Amino acid sequence: MIAGIRLGRGVRLTTMIVAVLALCLGFALGAAATSARATETPAPTPTSTDSGDFTTTYTIGGILRDGDTLVAGAEVTVEGGDFSEVATTDDTGRWSVVVPGKGDYTVTLDPETLPDGVELRDPDKSSATVSAGEWQTNTITRSFPLGADTRQTTGFFEQFLQRLAAGLNFGLLIALAAIGITLIFGTTGLNNFAHGEMVTFGAIVAWVVAVLLGINIFIAMVVALVLGGVFGYLNDWLLWKPLRRKGVKLVQAMIVSIGLAIALRYLYLFNIGGDTKTMNVGLSDAVVLGPVRITTGSLISMLISVVVLVLVGLFLTRTRIGKATRAVSDNPSLAAASGIDVDRIIRIVWVLAGALAALAGVMLALYRQVSWDMGFQVLLLMFAAVTLGGLGSAYGALVGSIVVGLFVELSTLFIPPDLKYAAALVVLILVLLVRPQGILGRKERIG
Amino acid sequence: MDWGNIFGNAVGEIISPTTAAYALAAIGLGIHFGYTGLLNFGQAAFLLIGAYAFAIPTLAGAPLIVAVLSAIICSVIFAFILGIPTLRLRADYLAIVTIAAAEVVRYIVTTTGLTDFTGAANGLSGFKGTFAAINPIPEGRYGFGPFTYNEYDWWIRIVGWALVVLASVLVFLLMRSPWGRVVKGIREDEDAVRSLGKNVYSYKMQALVLGGVMGSVAGIIFILPRAVQPANYTTGLTFFIWTIMLLGGAATIFGPIVGSMIFWVVLSLTQGILYGAIESGALSFISTTQAGQIRFILVGVALMLLVIFRPQGIFGNKKELSFSV
Repeated sequence: MIAGIRLGRGVRLTTMIVAVLALCLGFALGAAATSARATETPAPTPTSTDSGDFTTTYTIGGILRDGDTLVAGAEVTVEGGDFSEVATTDDTGRWSVVVPGKGDYTVTLDPETLPDGVELRDPDKSSATVSAGEWQTNTITRSFPLGADTRQTTGFFEQFLQRLAAGLNFGLLIALAAIGITLIFGTTGLNNFAHGEMVTFGAIVAWVVAVLLGINIFIAMVVALVLGGVFGYLNDWLLWKPLRRKGVKLVQAMIVSIGLAIALRYLYLFNIGGDTKTMNVGLSDAVVLGPVRITTGSLISMLISVVVLVLVGLFLTRTRIGKATRAVSDNPSLAAASGIDVDRIIRIVWVLAGALAALAGVMLALYRQVSWDMGFQVLLLMFAAVTLGGLGSAYGALVGSIVVGLFVELSTLFIPPDLKYAAALVVLILVLLVRPQGILGRKERIG
Repeated sequence: MDWGNIFGNAVGEIISPTTAAYALAAIGLGIHFGYTGLLNFGQAAFLLIGAYAFAIPTLAGAPLIVAVLSAIICSVIFAFILGIPTLRLRADYLAIVTIAAAEVVRYIVTTTGLTDFTGAANGLSGFKGTFAAINPIPEGRYGFGPFTYNEYDWWIRIVGWALVVLASVLVFLLMRSPWGRVVKGIREDEDAVRSLGKNVYSYKMQALVLGGVMGSVAGIIFILPRAVQPANYTTGLTFFIWTIMLLGGAATIFGPIVGSMIFWVVLSLTQGILYGAIESGALSFISTTQAGQIRFILVGVALMLLVIFRPQGIFGNKKELSFSV
């Protein structure tokens, strides 16, 4: 009899997992009608062409563009040893020069030949070099950044302010998603590694609605918010609630969430392909606020983030359900004993977490486009934020997120931009060294 | 569909060097998680460190033994860096910190500022000379059926699997020793072991170093048949090693080996069958790229089902289960 019940439960759990996946598949398949199918996942392989022969041609080329405008008629000179040739950009802004072989070359753009009103972003950077060691492939690209840019303001203080604004934006965005992580951790003890996929879910929904269907971005945002909440609810209803009933341990549940994350991530890849989708919804105009240039999209997303975060704060402190949520976080058994329906609170937390993560996904899409693993790329930063602030504390998550966001952006003033995420993660490790409970965490939580 | 070819490829995976490398990495992870209960989600970093610490000295002209020693020493240092801040904390903190540290290491080797040392996103190649030079097998092709390889391929397989056997014997002996009993005690109840006067922190560190060194040697085997590619060392690699370990059974001797074999044979089989079906027109609505992605969806689902329904794996004993939190 008992075995029968357990078996039945097992079968139900399996069907539920399959159902979750099928649901996502169904949703995304519809969306994938126009997406490119044959895109390779980004796995660069070194194309070694050391065995060059007579048939191999070596080219240096590039595309000149000023913002979105392609620049035609500009002259680019390639010189190296005895070789010298001038190329003119065509209507698509392209130029290329066939060079005699692998070697050192200097590429110079003649600023005089640029159309009126188009200038080099950095007037000192009118030439670039190609070194012999760079010839891994037969073609080498050199670009000349044109037009006004934030980097025009070379003063350290202006750059600092610029990065500060970007960091604040990014931090608020992480906070939206991280509060979900911390609420789920607080109420159930689960470290949800599939949270990044909830972020991606929101971004994909917004992309489908706003770009593929061409509906207003704000409506897309609301749709993403609602569907994100539904997604969070389904997560709890189909997977986590049965697992809690089954008495699955926390570490086990964490690994289940990793499995779910892998499955969902590749499901997204399967449906939308590996290329980055542009979120061109007309919010990329720059607004100048004193020394800071910021896009309208970023401004709106910061505004929405602040409003939503304040609402969540009020919800947690002022409403009955919010207070019950904090009670469950503190001590589930005591909360249950005092008449709180713990399962219901957890369900609400999942819906809230799903909706907030999806909203964060839309913001992230506005900030840096849509790709299948975008959520996973920021997952660790969200965990870093939550851990920094103190696991399980909602305010801690906010503080931690802002710290992480600011650190990611401000670190680029001193270190190469491709290490900015690494810097934030190093800070996480260092903070754990001196204050393991996090900035706002309580000591008893570190065990 | 060419069933012979599909099965040939799948059977070939049983003894492939990649299978050996994953098995060895899973044995190391088994010491961390299976026996000591450490939630190490940064095993990919140990493979990465083994790969780069082997390839960079070799490309600089160092002999084989120096390159291997450098890989081992670097992984020991990394284990200390990882362990000092985290081994005193609760288990899930270790998980987040190890995964973060693994990503940090990957960002560092991929940064363009270090292109001269690490090759940045292009990685490194051309480091097989010293290993091939000590190959005692004369030139030629050997074997039968799907197991026909040239002398270099056999040499990697022999060395790789010899190391796997060596590591398994080492783990078997260690876990029967007093050291192994203390470590297993830490997994079951850390406070109890501490109250017996054992330095839990030190034992955890030793386990972390030992498993890490195995991961780093696995990193060397992993790159010998291919080039070093930083894109290979994402958290995905760690999760696959976890899947392999849990598939076979975390605290078992044969678990990681059989887990690795099953994992790769199944991946190869599904790829062969899906590709075959696409070519023959039976599956016209997906592309071959998508077929590759389906396999990873299956890996994710398999990991979930495995942990929920058979957390002890194929060989595991439910009593020896370290999901203590």
